Amino acid sequence: MLMSWLPQNVSTFGTDIDSTLRLIIFIVGPWFILAEGLILYFAIRYRKRPGKPAVHVRGETFRQAAWVLIPGVIVMLLDFSIDNASGRAWDEAKIESPAPALNVQVTAERFAWIFTYPGHTGAFDGKGTYWSMGKLYVPVNQVVRLNMRSMDVIHSFAVPNLRMRQDIVPGRTITAWFEATRPGNYGIQCTELCGFDHYKMQGTLVVLSADDFAKWRQKHWPSAPAIAINSDAEGANK
Amino acid sequence: MSQAAVISHAAYAEHAEALGFWRKYVFSTDHKTIGKQYLGISLFMAIAGGFTAYAIRWQLAWPAAGIPGLGAITPHAYNSLVTMHGSIMVFWVAMPMLLGAFGNFCIPLMLGADDMAFPRLNMLSVWIFFTSALVLLASFVAPGGAAASGWTAYTPLSDTWTSAVWGQTMWLFAVALEFASFLIGGINFLTTAFTRRCAGMTLWRMPLLVWDEIAASVLFLLSVGPLVAGAVMLLMDRLLGTGFYDPSKGGDPLLWEHLFWFFGHPEVYVVALPGFGIMLEIMPVFARKPIFGYRTIIYSTIVAVGLSLIVWAHHMFVSGMDPRLATPFSVTTILISVPFAIIVFAMIATLWGGSLIFDTPMLFVIGGLASFIVGGVTGIFLGSAASDIYLHGTYFVVAHFHYTLFPVTFFGGYAGIYYWYPKMFGRMMDERLGKLHFWLTFVFFQATFIPLFLAGIGGTPRRVFMPSAYPSFASLQPLQVMATVATIGLIASQIPLVVNFFSSMFRGALAGRNPWRANTLEWTVDSPPPHGNFPDPPVARRWPYDYSVPGAASDWLPQVAETNPPAGIKVQRAS
Amino acid sequence: MSDATMDRTFAEPAEADAFSGIPPGKLGMWWFLASEIMIFGGLIACFILFRAAHGGWRAESADVHWRIGAFNTLVLLTSSLTMVLAWEAVKTNRPERVGRFLGLTVVLGLTFLGVKGYEYSREFGAGFTPFSGLFWAFYFTMTGLHALHVFAGIVVNSILWTRAARGRLEGIQHRIEYAGLYWHFVDVVWIFLFPLIYLS
Repeated sequence: MLMSWLPQNVSTFGTDIDSTLRLIIFIVGPWFILAEGLILYFAIRYRKRPGKPAVHVRGETFRQAAWVLIPGVIVMLLDFSIDNASGRAWDEAKIESPAPALNVQVTAERFAWIFTYPGHTGAFDGKGTYWSMGKLYVPVNQVVRLNMRSMDVIHSFAVPNLRMRQDIVPGRTITAWFEATRPGNYGIQCTELCGFDHYKMQGTLVVLSADDFAKWRQKHWPSAPAIAINSDAEGANK
Repeated sequence: MSQAAVISHAAYAEHAEALGFWRKYVFSTDHKTIGKQYLGISLFMAIAGGFTAYAIRWQLAWPAAGIPGLGAITPHAYNSLVTMHGSIMVFWVAMPMLLGAFGNFCIPLMLGADDMAFPRLNMLSVWIFFTSALVLLASFVAPGGAAASGWTAYTPLSDTWTSAVWGQTMWLFAVALEFASFLIGGINFLTTAFTRRCAGMTLWRMPLLVWDEIAASVLFLLSVGPLVAGAVMLLMDRLLGTGFYDPSKGGDPLLWEHLFWFFGHPEVYVVALPGFGIMLEIMPVFARKPIFGYRTIIYSTIVAVGLSLIVWAHHMFVSGMDPRLATPFSVTTILISVPFAIIVFAMIATLWGGSLIFDTPMLFVIGGLASFIVGGVTGIFLGSAASDIYLHGTYFVVAHFHYTLFPVTFFGGYAGIYYWYPKMFGRMMDERLGKLHFWLTFVFFQATFIPLFLAGIGGTPRRVFMPSAYPSFASLQPLQVMATVATIGLIASQIPLVVNFFSSMFRGALAGRNPWRANTLEWTVDSPPPHGNFPDPPVARRWPYDYSVPGAASDWLPQVAETNPPAGIKVQRAS
Repeated sequence: MSDATMDRTFAEPAEADAFSGIPPGKLGMWWFLASEIMIFGGLIACFILFRAAHGGWRAESADVHWRIGAFNTLVLLTSSLTMVLAWEAVKTNRPERVGRFLGLTVVLGLTFLGVKGYEYSREFGAGFTPFSGLFWAFYFTMTGLHALHVFAGIVVNSILWTRAARGRLEGIQHRIEYAGLYWHFVDVVWIFLFPLIYLS
């Protein structure tokens, strides 16, 4: 039910993040209902009634305390199962970084996103680079690596549909990757307060089919270096 | 101790006679007056915090309409409102209410002491705190507006990039003063709890509120130091032009995030523990039943304090720190659910088999507990590093921390006000108005933040001037409107409290010493207690939770009661 | 619940616990110093982490005057000794001796600040200010914060000195002890700062 509020997932690792979310709902949901249900039940069942004094139970002996300690231990074991699923999804999204088919430089600057595509040599400052303001064009089913930097304050690159978010800290280059699984336009937001016009710092992720991306590249980025998109075939094999 | 106490007590009472108006009500060293002063300042600041909440919510629901009472605001002013709302509510409402007011009022009374260990330092702390509140409020009218880089004040936005040049520096000074005030207060709490307990009041007979207040004080003392150092560095950056947080000068913005959250996360528990303490204190009185698992709760609290010092980086999973650190911090974070789950289970178990009286304090306790559980379980979603990638920085976070901090601060704080008001002012608060206040607050609170959970799951980012400016979230705008309508209802729900608070001072029924038939020591003296508290130093002869003891004459045995029930009585089972 | 537990927890005799013998002022001072340790500890930890991240700051740290620092270390250590001697004299109730040693402690503290001021002026003269890079920013912040603490200690010690010099110790015996605790803490902080700044 809660999951239906999520925007459509269009990335590879997003599936695992969604299943982590689902797992947590399945684990904490029953506990939540149990706890709230008991409060409600006890509130009604044990309301003050004449001739029914309260029992004197201190919960100080181990046998009594077990009523709260054993659930505590169960909570701990369930915690570890969440840790396990969460750890794997995290590693996939943030630590393992597959070989990219396309490298894009993301420059965050108050209050805009600038996406730079590499030039002939594969560098971002050489001849033949192409840059786009606010729109990130990528091919579908290809690994895209983002080399992100900020010119001023901390920004955060977030694409809810990709289940992706990464802060960009001035003074360092931070890399991130994703592989979009479905063509379409998806919103990009800055999600770290970066100043007065923070809310205007938006962009669009344009995921194109292989054919459309080839057409876009020919029109806008004819200088695309061979090494940057050397893996159309590799991507198709996947 | 007893001999010295008698002497100092006599001197004290004599001294109190001679005090004029100013020394008695304004520059008082009496912990009860100081507690009331903290309560007054925190309630006043809650009005300021509530007004910012209203302005923020209105802006989010109807950005084009202009805020009634404030007019159209700029995006920069919106950021100021957000920053000030968070700062005010955490530092100037939650802390003074839960630590300042109830800590000061209750600790010496509950321990059977005539005052705090350092009464004059105590007065100093409240006046430093008052000054900090004035500096903060003054920053609203500073050139460039109030601080606008969030209550977290992430560098370098709060460093060289903010346009609130004056506001940000004043914010830093105000926060520094506030820290100084609560450091002094915390040292006072700890020293009082360890040296001023009356005869018979062993550590294992201290009421849970005292335990929680000192646990919170230790935690504050341990966690705030690095942030004080960090604030000095930020001040140097802002005023002198050093580059601690400026990458172009070799600094590192992430340093601030680490220092801030090393304090910022424990700060949540600094606020939450006294809130729990109030709930744990009130629950047995209205269940007529001992707290379940007194020592289990204390050990869980100590474990939570220890764990809370090693979880801070869960606020920084996607901050650009080494991603390999995420999983260890995720594990410690989720682990902290265990001690808190045990405390919650113990509270639920206290209800079992009780004889529950639903007076207003108890309603707020149960409502607060039921609401806090929502905050607790949603914390798991954010503690898991993977799901935090998606939920971080969205309204889910906003709803989550309001579901943890609102129950402890307001439900806990209100429960405390309704419960200790008779002791503070000698008169009872009106029950009908109290119940009305509870139900309205409870319903509107849920109605405010449940829509925000959904907006967050939908992906709406927080701290944005106009969520409607995002095409992808336009369909979620009705949730923002719902939350705003409920917020206005929530604020209006506080009117019964204001009416009740002031009218009961004059028209409330006289309370007597012990209107709730409670066991702790504060209920053995007059309401309000005289200067110096106890005519004779009390002796604690038992723990504070002897309710419904089988064989006892009444269903409560005060801590000073000497009688033992006849031996060999078996505990009655609930059927 | 067994009867045994019940008997144990009902109306047990008051037992002494670990804290009951400590005077409030002393305990308060220890808690205060604990919070101070966290402040200086945080600052020093940041310094060490940055220093490691920036390759040790060998070139920058070559410009500090380690001889002046070493001299100041000696001054501060000696002042700790005179503080202890003042406290010893309190215990034997000899006000004039207390006054003498407190006075010496104050003079040594002032010497420390004077030397530190001279050191700062030489550094400013050589062009090293808080804005000349992170090393110097840390240097001035850490030593400056420490100097403020020394100054606060001097003020407290001076007040106690004037009281003791009038030949009256009543009411200030414990304050001299607590001021001593604080003074030794300030000394210990310097013992950490000296090798971190001057010797590495």
